[in-house]
Amino acid sequence: MYWKKCPASTFIRRRRRSISSSTRASAWSWWDHVRPASKDPIVGVTEAFLADPNPKRINLGVGAYRDDEGKPVVLQCVRDAEAKIAGSEFLESISAAISSKLVEESLKLVYGKDSNVITDGRFAGIQALSGTGACRLFAEFQKRFYPESQIYLPDPTWSNHHNIWRDAHVPRRTFRYYNPSTKGLNFAALMDDVKNAPDSSFFLLHPCAHNPTGVDPTKEQWREISHQFKVKNHFPFFDMAYQGFASGDFDIDAKAIRIFLEDGHLIGCAQSFAKNMGLYGHRVGCLSVLCSDHKQAVGVKSQLQQIARAMYGSPPVHGLLLVSTILSDSDIKSLWLREMKAMANRIKSNRSALRDSLENLGSPLNWEHITNQVGMFCFSGLTPDQVNQLARKFHIYMTQDGRISMAGVTSGNVSYLANAINQVTNYSQENLNLCNTSF
Amino acid sequence: MASLLSVSLTSASPSPSASLSTQESHKGKLKLRNSGLSFTNEKINPFANEKSSGRISMVAAVNASRFDGIAMAPPDPILGVSEAFKADTSELKLNLGVGAYRTEELQPYVLNVVKKVENLMLERGENKEYLPIEGLAAFNKVTAELLFGADNPVIKEQKVATVQGLSGTGSLRLAAALIERYFPEAKVLISSPTWGNHKNIFNDARVPWSEYRYYDPKTVGLDFEGMIADIKAAPEGSFVLLHGCAHNPTGIDPIPEQWEKIADLIQEKNHIPFFDVAYQGFASGSLDADAASVRLFAARGMELFVAQSYSKNLGLYSERIGAMNVVCTSAGAAARVKSQLKRIARPMYSNPPIHGARIVANVVGDPALFNEWKAEMEMMAGRIKNVRQKLYDSLCAKDKSGKDWSFILEQIGMFSFTGLNQTQSENMTNKWHVYMTKDGRISLAGLSLAKCEYLADAIIDSFHNVS
Repeated sequence: MYWKKCPASTFIRRRRRSISSSTRASAWSWWDHVRPASKDPIVGVTEAFLADPNPKRINLGVGAYRDDEGKPVVLQCVRDAEAKIAGSEFLESISAAISSKLVEESLKLVYGKDSNVITDGRFAGIQALSGTGACRLFAEFQKRFYPESQIYLPDPTWSNHHNIWRDAHVPRRTFRYYNPSTKGLNFAALMDDVKNAPDSSFFLLHPCAHNPTGVDPTKEQWREISHQFKVKNHFPFFDMAYQGFASGDFDIDAKAIRIFLEDGHLIGCAQSFAKNMGLYGHRVGCLSVLCSDHKQAVGVKSQLQQIARAMYGSPPVHGLLLVSTILSDSDIKSLWLREMKAMANRIKSNRSALRDSLENLGSPLNWEHITNQVGMFCFSGLTPDQVNQLARKFHIYMTQDGRISMAGVTSGNVSYLANAINQVTNYSQENLNLCNTSF
Repeated sequence: MASLLSVSLTSASPSPSASLSTQESHKGKLKLRNSGLSFTNEKINPFANEKSSGRISMVAAVNASRFDGIAMAPPDPILGVSEAFKADTSELKLNLGVGAYRTEELQPYVLNVVKKVENLMLERGENKEYLPIEGLAAFNKVTAELLFGADNPVIKEQKVATVQGLSGTGSLRLAAALIERYFPEAKVLISSPTWGNHKNIFNDARVPWSEYRYYDPKTVGLDFEGMIADIKAAPEGSFVLLHGCAHNPTGIDPIPEQWEKIADLIQEKNHIPFFDVAYQGFASGSLDADAASVRLFAARGMELFVAQSYSKNLGLYSERIGAMNVVCTSAGAAARVKSQLKRIARPMYSNPPIHGARIVANVVGDPALFNEWKAEMEMMAGRIKNVRQKLYDSLCAKDKSGKDWSFILEQIGMFSFTGLNQTQSENMTNKWHVYMTKDGRISLAGLSLAKCEYLADAIIDSFHNVS
């Protein structure tokens, strides 16, 4: 519990006692019962990193792409788009048109440009505040129209998923996903949980580059999951935050969604342009909910817009203009696809470099998962204690669950990182006298 | 407290095998009744029939959606006006709906200072990394200083928790969530009338609200006694939503003596003042003068909420830049409150958008640009004052009934409550192609000097000839 609910009346009585004149001597506050919120586990990592003056520090926390010097990157396609829109006087009146175009282009990425979902207009799509905003809109929508429903989240999942559905007052359950002993997918358990959930349950799925584990189902496994979802009539909600980052190819990375579409599921999907376009701070994403027909889609869209209007009004235009420009200008779009591939490739080579370094150091542990896992993150298997040691002794920062953002690895720091990991794991090894297991 | 939407269902879309007939609506829950199926629980399962027969029909699966029967949400009353205006083909049409500033030529206006700053930002080529959850530090600093004054003790003593929000709406929503969490029994008192979206925000945040009298149709002015009586009658520890300046929709603000009395009463009743400052600079043309009400309350050592928006005064409507400020009695309380605002923001949107924040930080943080902004602000507020004067003059010249139109000059800011009722407002639109909201509100920002006489004719006609 982050807070204690106290009736306001308690504070009225206290306040009365303390007021004798218009200037109060003591600093009594309405907010005395407000405790400090605990730090967000992911954002808190960056805060700790920034507070560390050591030059060797490495931030492997937030999933934000870095270049080989560890610097943030603004893609050239984005710079081109910035130049193109510069000075254009944005008229509120064209907002709706641009927004619709953006939504359509975004959905083509996910559903396929020839998808009949798009040509038939069977989608309710709105621009959202990146992936978080898209998930939150859906959670609120789910609560409003299925007030008794729950959400099944994979175990583990991005920590903010729990916050989102909780704040939307939708009870959360988890389904088994990650197998710590194989550092891979616990497919049998996943299918069991899907089967045992009550019919028509809402499930959140990561279509590719699972966060935090980097473990994705194979194509065949996705087919089985889709089939079972049909049997159980479950609602699949996809959080697509890393399209392009898993394989470098947008269509390949969307295969899970395409399989579900082929099977006739009417899915929901949150998309983010934070990572794959490097537009983190602009908060651009999209929420789509597939419907039986266009008319229903119009109704659903209007409800989503209403939820958005009471939360923040409308989404910020600058990011919208950038994404819209990139997706609709064929030269800029091609450049983007190439730059995306380059980012994905750099991360793959980081994975190989880290694994090789650890193996070359003679670490007795199995590090295959570093290259088996996919996308921006590696679920290292490091324990919280080891994670803390890395921070304290080596100024290397990651989340407590041992998730490493591979984008933070560079050719300059990979040896240092491997050495540090090797040391903290060897030390534990000696102490526990274990070889391959509970690690 | 207004409950969750009661969904009224329209007839379901046709689908081959799952034939869903017209349904009844049920507050907060969807109930579908199908002649062929009996539902023993309230969960909707359009495929239950198929499941029991052991075969899954893919075709039915494609066409039946679990969101069948979700009705169109009602159109937003304010934005709907612009849509209707666009559809009107008459040359005489006038859009006095949305409160977005227009030039004398009735064109949208991007402030020169904003263009300058955007060019600077483009040249600098800054990165696009995530802001911290609480927003851009440079923005948070300047926005609080702009509101309270840089020398204000609440700033110097770090007693203000400031968090960047998505314009006024987003900032209000953060505060509403904080109220819901920490004062679960408290109500928000809102003026009657108030900006339409206030109610939506508190409803969605599950915060109960009630209204205090504000607008007096007889005087087309402030019903001060009614306001005081209603605030007095409310349970102790209520949150009182006040418009810092340029009340929306009426344009009617309390005078300084009235603000003092309101503050006295709020202190006496242990209420918490909650200011919505959407027009700082736009009311009088002076940023400091427009913050006087907020500063008066802060000077008394009161704890308060203040939502800010840069949509109008910097013309940054679509960039969604604003802030929530919570003034506390100690730096410690402010730090704790800030941490909880962050905790609320994270599952809403994670961190706020950078572009608008950088623009404001650059404009307000640079003395030369700040002065330029102040000049443009005075120009915009000045244009509105001129338009008010011309409208008033036209009304007096054309109306021989002796009606007192001086409220046009006394009201302040972008909006004017004309005193026209719904039927009369409809006449404005249907006969005169003047688009406005049904409550009689006109946006003077959408009026040019050239159109004042036409508008005067329309108002006079609607007022006298329509009931």
